[in-house]
Amino acid sequence: MSNNDTGSPFAPHTPDETAFMLDAIGADSEEDLFDIPEEVLFEGEFDIPQQSEQSVIAETDALLDRNADLTEFLGRGHYDHYVPSWVDHLADRSEFLTSYTQYQPEVAQGFLQALFEYQSMLVELTGLPVANCSMYDAATALGEAATLADRVRQTTGKTVLVPELLHHNRRAVLENYVAGTDLTVESYPMDDGNVDLNTLEQRMNEDIALLYAETPTVRGTIEEHLEEIGDLAHAHDALFCLGSDIVALALLQEPASVGVDVVVGEAGSLGLPMSYGMGLGLFACREAFLRQVPGRLVGVSEDATERRAYTLTLQTREQHIRRERATSNICTNQAWVALRTAMCVASLGPDGLLDLANDCVRSARELAARLDAIDGIDAPIHDRHHFREFVVRTDRKAAEITAALEKHGFAVHAIDDHMLQVCTTETNAAARDEFVETLEVIA
Amino acid sequence: MKYDQARWTNGDDCYEPLLTEKRSEDVAVESTESELPADLTRESLSLPALSEPELARHYTRLSEMNYGIENGPFPLGSCTMKYNPSFTEDVAALPAGAVHPDRSSDSVQGTLELMYRLQEYLERIGGMDAVTLQPPAGAAGEFTGILVAKAYHEAHGNDRNEVLVPDSAHGTNFATAALAGYDVVSLPSAEDGRVDLDALSAAVSDDTAALMLTNPNTLGLFERDITEIADIVHDAGGLLYYDGANLNALLGRARPGDMGFDVMHYNVHKTFATPHGGGGPGAGPVGVVDELEEFLPEPRVEQTDDGFELFSPERTIGRVHGYQGNWLVLVKTYAYIARLGDAGLTDASAKAVLNANYLASQIEYDIPFDPFHHEFVASADMDAASVAKRMLDHGVHPPTTKWPEAVDEALMTEPTEIENQRTLDQLAHAFNAVAAESEETVESAPQRTTARQIDQASAARNPRLSWHALDESDTDT
Repeated sequence: MSNNDTGSPFAPHTPDETAFMLDAIGADSEEDLFDIPEEVLFEGEFDIPQQSEQSVIAETDALLDRNADLTEFLGRGHYDHYVPSWVDHLADRSEFLTSYTQYQPEVAQGFLQALFEYQSMLVELTGLPVANCSMYDAATALGEAATLADRVRQTTGKTVLVPELLHHNRRAVLENYVAGTDLTVESYPMDDGNVDLNTLEQRMNEDIALLYAETPTVRGTIEEHLEEIGDLAHAHDALFCLGSDIVALALLQEPASVGVDVVVGEAGSLGLPMSYGMGLGLFACREAFLRQVPGRLVGVSEDATERRAYTLTLQTREQHIRRERATSNICTNQAWVALRTAMCVASLGPDGLLDLANDCVRSARELAARLDAIDGIDAPIHDRHHFREFVVRTDRKAAEITAALEKHGFAVHAIDDHMLQVCTTETNAAARDEFVETLEVIA
Repeated sequence: MKYDQARWTNGDDCYEPLLTEKRSEDVAVESTESELPADLTRESLSLPALSEPELARHYTRLSEMNYGIENGPFPLGSCTMKYNPSFTEDVAALPAGAVHPDRSSDSVQGTLELMYRLQEYLERIGGMDAVTLQPPAGAAGEFTGILVAKAYHEAHGNDRNEVLVPDSAHGTNFATAALAGYDVVSLPSAEDGRVDLDALSAAVSDDTAALMLTNPNTLGLFERDITEIADIVHDAGGLLYYDGANLNALLGRARPGDMGFDVMHYNVHKTFATPHGGGGPGAGPVGVVDELEEFLPEPRVEQTDDGFELFSPERTIGRVHGYQGNWLVLVKTYAYIARLGDAGLTDASAKAVLNANYLASQIEYDIPFDPFHHEFVASADMDAASVAKRMLDHGVHPPTTKWPEAVDEALMTEPTEIENQRTLDQLAHAFNAVAAESEETVESAPQRTTARQIDQASAARNPRLSWHALDESDTDT
């Protein structure tokens, strides 16, 4: 146990070194250094065999190969966009990958600048002046927006109003984030996939602390009345929080221009490969809320040579200083994912990002039209503009269709007895023809 | 031996220009491209516009101005900065693992089995009965654990509104308890740096939902009275929460479950050497005893006759993440644990404790509390933050400073198991060299780093948080 032939392959000690160090301390053995009372000593085994590196890779490869090789037309908040190869290679540089939070900014200028650039890109995309340098994912960012509303609002409203078509998972996370406050979550009705303005207006009152809407919605529709929704929120002293994603923000109305107070959503859509649900929560807001923002902020300052230098700032909001009065408990965030996303945005540039976003609109429309031409499929069911994804109605049971599709190598969502949701991006573009042909047979 | 970090300079202005200062473009948004009505689109988009070679150089330069664990020792107490073996990146990048979270269980049997195995490994390592992998960070794990504890109390009709936290605990403990809606009661530590049993007995009551405890605590001290502490809390009807930040000190030698803890989180990015990524992503799986299992977040993975399936615990608290947490981090965790096995895990804690004790024996600072395990807190006889800056000049990353407050001018030091005697001697040399230097020299530090002393006060007084803010301040002057 005490030499590196049988112990941790990453503990570099030779038996001689271990003996020398024990001698220097004046201890007889490593065991002597542990101050653990007998009654809680663990003397069992974990029954985890040690393996070589080669063996772990081979075993895990074989294990994951049991996953079916499916072409995914899945979305609903988690999207697959192509990540350029250089992004993987540069983000994996060890100085980025294995560094810690930038508590010593003089030796962390590289990461701080990258995060500052990430914040700046979100400022451009949202039009809001403050963006933090990450939340865990879109759902937790929404939860943080709700608690922010509770902190900044001057009146007594205690209701967070969300669309009835909000993704169940997001709502579930939001419910947990407000569990410790006296906020409650309620929903407002939708009309053909988008906000029903008339019923929303009737639903609004002074008890609403935060009004949340999305564009694109969970069904892929583009919201058409953002400005009116914002006006309704502000007329009732509520914050207007918009959920979106980093690709959609490049093309759709700039949130600041339609009165949005807080933008949340998914930024990992650009930068993360499919990762079984890992995300990057974007969070941007108006300047008035600066001192109530959750999470980390990178600011610009100067060093002793008067050169521009970056540092974590406004840390008095954070848990390690403010403890129970912090704006959030978040500590470790998604910094490395933010780096990857910034790299991807920079890689595309404004033209490339707009092309990608336009392609999301166009290809969703085209694919929906092709599916609509199939007997037994009505697509899209919402008479709206769509971004990336859309819902179709099927004559056959949706679950039967997804099961049959899976046998043919495709994955789509069944969201109701007779409803499928289909998402298309550049990463499944090459399979669209075969997907349509397969559905012609199955549906 | 000294390490000097790269310093890229652009005249007198900055160390490396911003992407936008190299080249940016303002593009008018033409809705004709997608045939969206113009009122649904923005007017223009302004972003950096650079070629791949330019970007590759930009990010290479930025990386060279950043200190990671491969650059040198990183003895940040409580943060457990270890070498992250590269092969775990290969495992995380296996193409068959790149799947959407809404796949049918049938089509992701490999993914689910890997999760199931990791759940089991963590159960055994922590001495817990059930584990969820969902929380995406340690603080998210704390939040999950406290919500589970809250659900347990509510299901048993217990009306409890207080969480006890020792004054030396991580700030996240306080913030988490508050976020979950609890009144936070700070427990004063005893003179020996450990939990004061009398103070604990006086503080627990019918209002106590839980005590959140780190063991060894942030001074590196094992809470020897843990059995009594557990009895006091349990007798009052409260639950005992284990903050897993310091689990590296105990691997294979003691388990939270055996000590009487009811719920715990694992900081896999600390204990199991998954990359910290400059501040994340991490992952914070939560383990619980049988009585709490039914409240864990959904979904969890179970094994059935047909294979592996996602399921919802009977009285689940719901969700703490939109999907299944930080999967890529979990894969790296699994690979790391499989690589080490029993022998490696146990040896990791042995060497971590050996290293902390050896380093402490070599430095000329007062270390008020011992015997410690994997980390120690030295007391600088001057401003600890200045000592830290000066250590950067000596080519090493300094320890955590000014915390915990039980030690004046604290230098909280955790070398971990990955350093050998040579590196520990280099660290000790840096400590001792700074101790021997004049106050003037120390306070002028750092001199050899990429950036020199940074004016943090003006950054907070005049927050400039994006390159847009820089433009505005230029216009003002």
